[in-house]
Amino acid sequence: MLLGKLTLDAIPFHEPIIMGALSGAGLMGLVVFALITKFGKWGYLWKEWLTSVDHKKIGVMYIVVALIMLLRGFADAAMMRTQLALATNGHLGIFPPEHYDQIFTAHGVIMIIFMAMPFMTGLMNIVVPLQIGARDVAFPFLNSLSFWLLVSAVVLVNVSLGVGEFARTGWVAYPPLSELSYSPGVGVDYYIWALQIAGVGTTLTAINFLVTIIKMRAPGMKLMQMPIFTWTCTWANVLIVTSFPILTGALAMLSLDRYLDFHFFTSEAGGNPMMYINLFWAWGHPEVYILVLPAFGIFSEVISTFSGKRLFGHTSMIIASGVISVLGFIVWLHHFFTMGSGADVNAFFGIATMIISVPTGVKLFNWLFTIYRGRLRFTTPVLWTLGFMVTFSIGGMTGVLLAVPGADFLLHNSLFLIAHFHNTIIGGAVFGYLAGFTFWFPKAFGFKLNEKIGKAAFWFWQSGFFFAFVPLYVLGFLGMTRRLNHTDNPLWTPWLYVACIGAVLVALGIACQLLQIAVSLRDRKKLVDETGDPWNGHTLEWSTSSPPPFYNFAVVPHVHDIDAFTDMKEKGVAYAAPAKYAPIHMPKNTSAGVFIGAFTTVMGFALIWHIWWMAIVGFVGIVASMLARAYDNDIDYYVQPDEIERIERVRLAKLGINVDRNDGQANPAARPSKAKTLEQV
Amino acid sequence: MIFRKYPRLLRGLSLTAAALLTGCQGGILDPKGQVGADEKSLIITATVLMLLVVVPVILMTLAFAWKYRASNENATYTPKWSHSNKIEAVVWIIPIIIVSCLAVITWNSTHKLDPYRPLDSDKKPINIQVVALDWKWLFIYPDLNIATVNEIAFPANTPVNFKITSDAAMNSFFIPQLGGQIYAMAGMQTKLHLIANEPGSFDGMSSNYSGGGFTGMKFKAIATATPAEFDAWVKKAREGKTLDAGAYQQLLKRSENNPVQYYASVTPSLFYGVLNKYVASHQTAMESGLGSVQLASLAKSLCITPPVAKE
Repeated sequence: MLLGKLTLDAIPFHEPIIMGALSGAGLMGLVVFALITKFGKWGYLWKEWLTSVDHKKIGVMYIVVALIMLLRGFADAAMMRTQLALATNGHLGIFPPEHYDQIFTAHGVIMIIFMAMPFMTGLMNIVVPLQIGARDVAFPFLNSLSFWLLVSAVVLVNVSLGVGEFARTGWVAYPPLSELSYSPGVGVDYYIWALQIAGVGTTLTAINFLVTIIKMRAPGMKLMQMPIFTWTCTWANVLIVTSFPILTGALAMLSLDRYLDFHFFTSEAGGNPMMYINLFWAWGHPEVYILVLPAFGIFSEVISTFSGKRLFGHTSMIIASGVISVLGFIVWLHHFFTMGSGADVNAFFGIATMIISVPTGVKLFNWLFTIYRGRLRFTTPVLWTLGFMVTFSIGGMTGVLLAVPGADFLLHNSLFLIAHFHNTIIGGAVFGYLAGFTFWFPKAFGFKLNEKIGKAAFWFWQSGFFFAFVPLYVLGFLGMTRRLNHTDNPLWTPWLYVACIGAVLVALGIACQLLQIAVSLRDRKKLVDETGDPWNGHTLEWSTSSPPPFYNFAVVPHVHDIDAFTDMKEKGVAYAAPAKYAPIHMPKNTSAGVFIGAFTTVMGFALIWHIWWMAIVGFVGIVASMLARAYDNDIDYYVQPDEIERIERVRLAKLGINVDRNDGQANPAARPSKAKTLEQV
Repeated sequence: MIFRKYPRLLRGLSLTAAALLTGCQGGILDPKGQVGADEKSLIITATVLMLLVVVPVILMTLAFAWKYRASNENATYTPKWSHSNKIEAVVWIIPIIIVSCLAVITWNSTHKLDPYRPLDSDKKPINIQVVALDWKWLFIYPDLNIATVNEIAFPANTPVNFKITSDAAMNSFFIPQLGGQIYAMAGMQTKLHLIANEPGSFDGMSSNYSGGGFTGMKFKAIATATPAEFDAWVKKAREGKTLDAGAYQQLLKRSENNPVQYYASVTPSLFYGVLNKYVASHQTAMESGLGSVQLASLAKSLCITPPVAKE
């Protein structure tokens, strides 16, 4: 067959909700397309963004993808809450299981893999090279490739909405349910290939950043002097490099089962589904620390910056993060105490899990003692941080409770569990990313975000979180289990209504954030940050302009302290201009990443639908693009001193520094804009 | 006052509040068996222990943030202070102490509440073999030679020994008010020991998602007040059909919200035949009391061919 399993029946014409969503998305895409065409921005978009290897631009694109996927994932969440609020006491609601089961699977996959991961990666991209005084990442093209592989996976997941179906297995895709005998459709194949492609991108990113952090730190910056966000990203990248191959392997074996009649995880013929479950969580548990460790780093940066104080226990924080990373690898079995492993094994994994709460507790105390004897400014990022400290304490507590096997036997697979991990992922990771988003937005774009709307967003999110998830804790105690399509217990009904109200509040929070971006964009002149240091920051990213020049630093700074930029400001050398600039070695943009990503999408789609000729076309395209890139010698250039000087002169003029006098001294009195900025805060 | 104007609203609200507060009815906080009660008290102990740290942390967060707000010029400000061995020692040691206590509790309770551990009782336990199917539960009473679908009964205050497997995707066998759950997996046998300390009819379910009809995969667990009541229930079951290979193949067909069914007699060792469909082990053969060859042929008779389902 020319088109494999693909026929016109794969498009769900009979599903009004899906067709509505598709036409809405299509319409929006069309509007965006028309606007870009109208303003003649295609060339700009292609040259300056899509083919860019600049870590800052790639970071911004990651976050754009994450925000779009947040909307998609939230739409799924809203549908789930609506279904469960309607389908009570004998009513069946609006989604039959074959549709509803896809929604909860997609919600989990999208929020973890396509919202949280890109958000984290985006912030890491923008910030880490700047924090360590590097001019880009170690492998700029690889960075672009990682991003386009993510886009490729995102495209596949969203295509599944309109062509075929998504998996109906839950986001964990446990066999034998995910095997061909129980899931003969293409849903699980979409799941497999989307995760595989995104996983390759993530692994490449982690390698790239580890090399960057190890090899490209500014002179003088010892490992233990690295800023805490960079440190937590380092630990997260170590976790990625060590855990993602496990997922890749597990999914590869599942693919062999589904495509070539192997029996790794089937119930029959010597397969063993328990093996998949172990492998999945051997990746899955480190994965949650991959998400939350960088968020911990963000909170540390935010709280020390806005307390106007050094971070309390920098070394202790680094060690605590390391302990969390290592222990994160020996706790996976707590996801299935109920498999019947026996008391010794269960107790071991339970105790190992609760030991993780020790370094986590230390972190909380260290944040507390950073606030202690500080001057805390209640900005939006600080609100997210305080909200996190309160919310996450509760989430951590319920997590330790679930780690006690005897308690878990009752709470496992209940809504208590759902409430717990949303408590840690929303109250931990997402709050952190949103804090980081507001904190570093001026660095990336040169203007600050509107504080009032930002605070409103926080309060909607925070109250929405409690309204949405406290009822789930209660429902867990009332014996309600997860992934139910409808319920018939009148005691549960009121709590399901309250949870629905919570979803509405979170929706308002998200709306506020979109509004915040729009309003701030409108008022960008008023919110402008000309100093590059809008919050009186501690670390090197604030030492350059906002947005930074493409080469980040005209002169690579020398580091003498953990708070490198504070140190420079105190010594009065923060804005020193050299007598002469040296040429800067920079990478050239390349379209190879875009092409490899596009061919990967083609190959993935073809493999999902068993269109073998098309898979070969995609594969050949990938190899050809790689070869073309490999044989391209025109990949770098030198920025000449006169161009650097032109750019830097503009910057120093904005800071009120007389360049021609060239005394190398910053003169704070001559920087009225700076003083004003601080007052506004 | 809004409540004076609308007395009915006030009454409605207080009724709702009362209903919500006492609303643990039927959940895991309202256990009706020893295992569930022990697990509930474990949840409460562990929570209280953790609140010892969590509550101070939350209060300190709010208090510190307020006291050291930027506008409070009276508060001490030490921008360079970032290390204190004393504080570091305290913040490491306090969580370590709490976690050590929890670890001891965890080790002991995990062994005591091990679902595989038979319960201490002077009464002879009831044996029930459980098979998870798409999407219903099959229960076999090997000692009584009866079987049921989606309903079990046993006398209160008598231990019940479950042996559990699946002839479908993975499920989890769960009766929240009696105690914790255990997975049901094809080709594998898990065990669970429960007891009801009060008579009653309790909700049972699969708590692990297993496909489209999973929501309706529910059953009732009836703890009878007296052995005589239980005998009456068994007598009722004995009025049903026979569960042989043919009837089992019928059960294998997917069904949702399956009604309760009774079987008067069961092909011997059917449970082991189901296990043997996936994994032929010597141990299963030993337990079944059949020879390996006989068990294999029984297993074969329990298969629908071909096993691949059509959409």
